[in-house]
Amino acid sequence: MAVQAGGTAANFRYARDVILRPFSAFPERLASMFRFILRRLLQMVLAFFGTTLIVYALMFAGQGDPIQALAGERPVTAAQRAYLTQKYHLDQTGVGGFFYRYLDYVKNLLQGDLGQSLTGRQIGDILQQAWPVTVRLALIALAVAIIFGVTAGVIAGIRRASIFDNSTLVLTLLVLGIPTIVLAPIAQYFLGVKWQLFPPTAGAQPSFYALLLPGIVLGSLSLATALRLTRTSVAENLRADYVRTARSKGLVKRRIVSVHVLRNSLIPVVTFLGVELGNLMSGAIITEGVFNIPGVGFNLFRGIRTEDGPLVVGIVSVLVVVYLVSNLVVDVLYAVLDPRIRYE
Amino acid sequence: MSDFETVAATEDQAARRGVSGEPATPDRIGAPQRARSLAGDAWRDLRRNPIFWVSLALVVLAAAMAAVPSLFTANDPRDCLLSRQHAAPSGGAIFGYDFQGCDVYARAVYGTRASLLVGALAALATGVIALIVGMLAGYFGGWVDAVLSRVIDIVLGIPLLLAAIVLLKRLSTSSDNVRLFAVIFVLAVLGWTTAARVIRSSVITAKEQDYVSAARMLGARNGRIMWRHILPNALAPAIVVLTIALGSFIAAEATLSFLGIGLKAPTISWGQDIDTGRIHMREAATPLIVPSAFLALTVLAFIMLGDAIRDAFDPKLR
Repeated sequence: MAVQAGGTAANFRYARDVILRPFSAFPERLASMFRFILRRLLQMVLAFFGTTLIVYALMFAGQGDPIQALAGERPVTAAQRAYLTQKYHLDQTGVGGFFYRYLDYVKNLLQGDLGQSLTGRQIGDILQQAWPVTVRLALIALAVAIIFGVTAGVIAGIRRASIFDNSTLVLTLLVLGIPTIVLAPIAQYFLGVKWQLFPPTAGAQPSFYALLLPGIVLGSLSLATALRLTRTSVAENLRADYVRTARSKGLVKRRIVSVHVLRNSLIPVVTFLGVELGNLMSGAIITEGVFNIPGVGFNLFRGIRTEDGPLVVGIVSVLVVVYLVSNLVVDVLYAVLDPRIRYE
Repeated sequence: MSDFETVAATEDQAARRGVSGEPATPDRIGAPQRARSLAGDAWRDLRRNPIFWVSLALVVLAAAMAAVPSLFTANDPRDCLLSRQHAAPSGGAIFGYDFQGCDVYARAVYGTRASLLVGALAALATGVIALIVGMLAGYFGGWVDAVLSRVIDIVLGIPLLLAAIVLLKRLSTSSDNVRLFAVIFVLAVLGWTTAARVIRSSVITAKEQDYVSAARMLGARNGRIMWRHILPNALAPAIVVLTIALGSFIAAEATLSFLGIGLKAPTISWGQDIDTGRIHMREAATPLIVPSAFLALTVLAFIMLGDAIRDAFDPKLR
């Protein structure tokens, strides 16, 4: 958005000054950035092992019969028991056996082998079918957040303390405060069932129209945060010295806002939306469950309901990895985009 | 609140006595008046903020409902008759009956207790963990800070809902009280990081102050300095964060109960009722709408209260 505002020459200048400067002008900066990325990567690896260890320890180890714990209150057939014993090396005992099994689980996870759900389907296959739907839903939600959140945020930031600003602030507070488990069923009831503006549920092959209402519900939270972030950022940048300089040079306000302010204000927003894409893909459990969208979150929702332990663990493990990686990518992106950031 | 009030009362009198000929509304930029304390200024702002009063009233109402639910409804929420399934409002049941034939309004009123209990205890536990970690990291610095900050980073990197699903699924067959404390435990273990960061940074600011150096020169031990001199400074921002956290813990508990891994049947909770109401929304809407409204208003009240207090205390926003 900011990049398009000033035409090709401005794009070039933007690329030269904002994106390339950290690489060319300051070699010591480059070194510190690589230290930052390295440290961040190390942190992610630690978080990955920490989280998977917790997931693993809680699901498979501990007291009692791990296979029965996995299945909850449902009976386990002999075939399932034999499969699980062999798959998770349950015949080995002791602490060594635990870590042996844990490393085995991590290895399988990294290789993409998630095993079978209790219904006998390959979890990898389930996820393969579910991802495209989830990604489509997340992109719709992100588009909603960008189109409405960023636009309204810029207007609110420029006209600070106006009626528009105050009412959007109250509205975003409402959206941030209302949990998804309220927002999703209520939207489904009023817009889908009562007034019939949208299809109340999506089927096996959801159309764009069927995904629109869930996308808006899912995106409303990101919309509110993006709006607040843009507003604060724009309002702060409007008071910066370079804006005063631009104004004293006699530039018109529209140019100051669209070229100077937006370019600097949108950096945190872009990185936030990057994190959100990761969150949206993993955080759609409720929305997908309520609107019956056959995505990843829906499968997790169903796995919890049907006490399908392997399915829950498999999906949670994958989602944790998605979440960690997207956070890492965004942190690095942020460091590259904003030359002013300090890494320490 | 009480210390705000006493401060505010004296400030107010001072302002009213103030320089004669001054406008009635205090002018922050104009002629120099008596210097006001931050808390006094904050209270002046808060008092004029309608959002603060509305959210405070809602919080008090919710607390009253949690403490004495029988004041608000005469009906028994567990008195359910299938013959009354989705029946129209009658008697004390002002919102009618749900799928199981229970009084919708009574269930919503009685559901307040579990929600507030989980929210308050989780916020309390969060506060204790965050206070210990933030205090140690901020006060001692060095390797203690390095280690604890990395721990914070890692816990912050764990998605709350996913981790809670795994942790709670392990306990799916336990009894009611165990479940209640399991939910509190999970929320506290995963949710303390933001408050710890806030406390850490305010401890770092506070420990550079002259009175801390003075206390140290007088021979005070670390424990005494932390307890008597630094803790009071770190408390105000921590309380704001914890108020907002309390709201989000209530929402998180409802979400977990909605998914079927939080609180279960004999315990009445809004999350479960929303889930049942959602499934039968085509037959009757009030069993969905009433607990949803209760939940949304309670969560909003805590978040708006924290937001209003923070706005009043944050001089940058003035």
